[in-house]
Amino acid sequence: MYALLAIGYTLVYGILGFINFAHGDVFMLGAYFSFFMIGIFLLPWWLGVIIGVVLCSIVGMSIERVAYRPLRNAPRISALITAVGVSFFIENLGLVTVGARPKGFPRPELMKNVYILAGARIQGVTFWVPIISILVLLVLLYLVYRTKMGMAMRAVSKDMETTRLMGVDVDRIILYTFALGSALAGIGGVLWACKYPQINPLMGTFPGWKAFTAAVVGGIGNVVGAMVGGFIIGLVEIMIVAFFPSLSGYRDAFVFSILIIFLLVKPSGILGETMKEKV
Amino acid sequence: MGKEEKRDLALTLILFAVLMLGVSLAERYLNSYLIRILNTACIYVVAAVAYNLINGITGQFSLGPNGFMAIGGYTVAILMLPLVQKQQVYFLQPLIWPFNSFSFPSYLFILALFLGGLASALAALVIGIPTLRLRGDYLAIATFGFGEIINVLANNFIPLTNGALGIKGIPEYTNLWWTLNWAFWSVFMIKGLANSSFGRALKAIRENEVAAEAMGVNLFRHKLLSFVLSGFFAGVAGGLFVTLISTVSPSLFTFTMTFNLLIIIVLGGLGSITGSVITAFIFAFLQEILRVVEAPITIGAWTFPGIPGMRMVVFSVLLVVMMIFYRRGLFGGKEISWQLVIDWIKRKEIKIEK
Repeated sequence: MYALLAIGYTLVYGILGFINFAHGDVFMLGAYFSFFMIGIFLLPWWLGVIIGVVLCSIVGMSIERVAYRPLRNAPRISALITAVGVSFFIENLGLVTVGARPKGFPRPELMKNVYILAGARIQGVTFWVPIISILVLLVLLYLVYRTKMGMAMRAVSKDMETTRLMGVDVDRIILYTFALGSALAGIGGVLWACKYPQINPLMGTFPGWKAFTAAVVGGIGNVVGAMVGGFIIGLVEIMIVAFFPSLSGYRDAFVFSILIIFLLVKPSGILGETMKEKV
Repeated sequence: MGKEEKRDLALTLILFAVLMLGVSLAERYLNSYLIRILNTACIYVVAAVAYNLINGITGQFSLGPNGFMAIGGYTVAILMLPLVQKQQVYFLQPLIWPFNSFSFPSYLFILALFLGGLASALAALVIGIPTLRLRGDYLAIATFGFGEIINVLANNFIPLTNGALGIKGIPEYTNLWWTLNWAFWSVFMIKGLANSSFGRALKAIRENEVAAEAMGVNLFRHKLLSFVLSGFFAGVAGGLFVTLISTVSPSLFTFTMTFNLLIIIVLGGLGSITGSVITAFIFAFLQEILRVVEAPITIGAWTFPGIPGMRMVVFSVLLVVMMIFYRRGLFGGKEISWQLVIDWIKRKEIKIEK
């Protein structure tokens, strides 16, 4: 699940070279949009989720258009500050409009069922979430490595100017990237809400940061690396809680320590390419 | 020392005297609400100026001042808390030695503040040595991670911090004298620093690291020193804040604090110290004034219920809009210097004569 989010970060970072702080908040929006679609408009579950995810990608595109595009040629620090601002804006707007009280997320029957597999009782969630994640990841890999749009995206991330000269509409590709990344965040949000069926406006912050850690661990800008990193972070987190239950309160601190250590020892991540510094 | 420098120093000292006079008048005549706002503003000044040193002048995007403020705040709280209070507060788990055996009397408050600053500076040193090798976004993430780690520690390391309950009943030592003095002297010091050769080196790092290095600036040492100094003042600001509101808890120093400071220095202009002083005051007052948007509003026949939290929405929109349309902030990189003030007064006089 972290893998889904991590890929969103990686996509944006790979192309624009800056961290989309608002990613975790789009993740939260995904859960909320679906929640409202299902809970208020009484749509069937699958339709509600699809509309929620589409809304997420629209939000992602508008963030890009309104907040990031005017700053594309500005110094890095301005884009970062803006990203922090956008993230805070979404969080607080969420707090203002839906309130801070956590809401129960409706789980579909599929997720509630309990399967008995080789004598072990497995909840539907633990069974389906990884499967859905992997399916989505496969679709994404296809999009990025086998379609024309994916090719353009990879080209833009290598060299924006040259790609423009080659006749690619860079702005549109960046917009698509944001749409894709935000849709992934939206799916991640829905899956997360199925697993821990409580949603609140600040739920995106921590998964967001951990996903970023995953992206860094895997090598930022690299889609496969983000998947690997996501699985590693997820595993480490569970291992810490399983083997050292007394330290479970420090779980979040551990994830950040991993991040800092990785940034120091191998900033390019496991699968990343090392970038030479240009003057 | 040149003639102008002497004049500036004299004017600064006069300003200080006037401010101190103002404080004694304020303590006597202003109501406690206004004094509270002024206190908060002064603390924001200390923290924002410190933050501006690393963010605006050195150009290293740190997101960790909430962590440093927390360290300073907790240090001062633990040192100053009376012994009786210590036994009452730490009922979950007793406070660890040696802090359970003594508490500072009120005249050692200044020492406690310094120790809070030093503790935080030490943390900055420990964090800075590894992370300042990183640049740009990575540094931002690493320092953010640091802030979160401090918050997690504050929540979980109960024998020292009393966990999520926090520490209550810290004596309220902070008053306008303390806050204004700290605000004044921190501005004085950091401004002096920014104009020194050290400050110029920092600005060179901000403009272009590679070029600065080529000119013989030791990147790492300069960054580290600026980071540690920034940590020191942030710690002091945290200590002042804690003794102003008399409690400390992990929720006090969350990322929201960093965000507030970020708004202040961006509005004031990154790298402009006098700019952030002014916007710190504006911000402290705005926070109160904007309570209006959270109160119920009646327009014509409709009554909108008050929405708590609306202030932060307004602030974040303000930040994004500022970044897009008016990136230089109120003062850009400029400073208000005495020269500027004198020129301005002279220009007015000339106009009047005409």
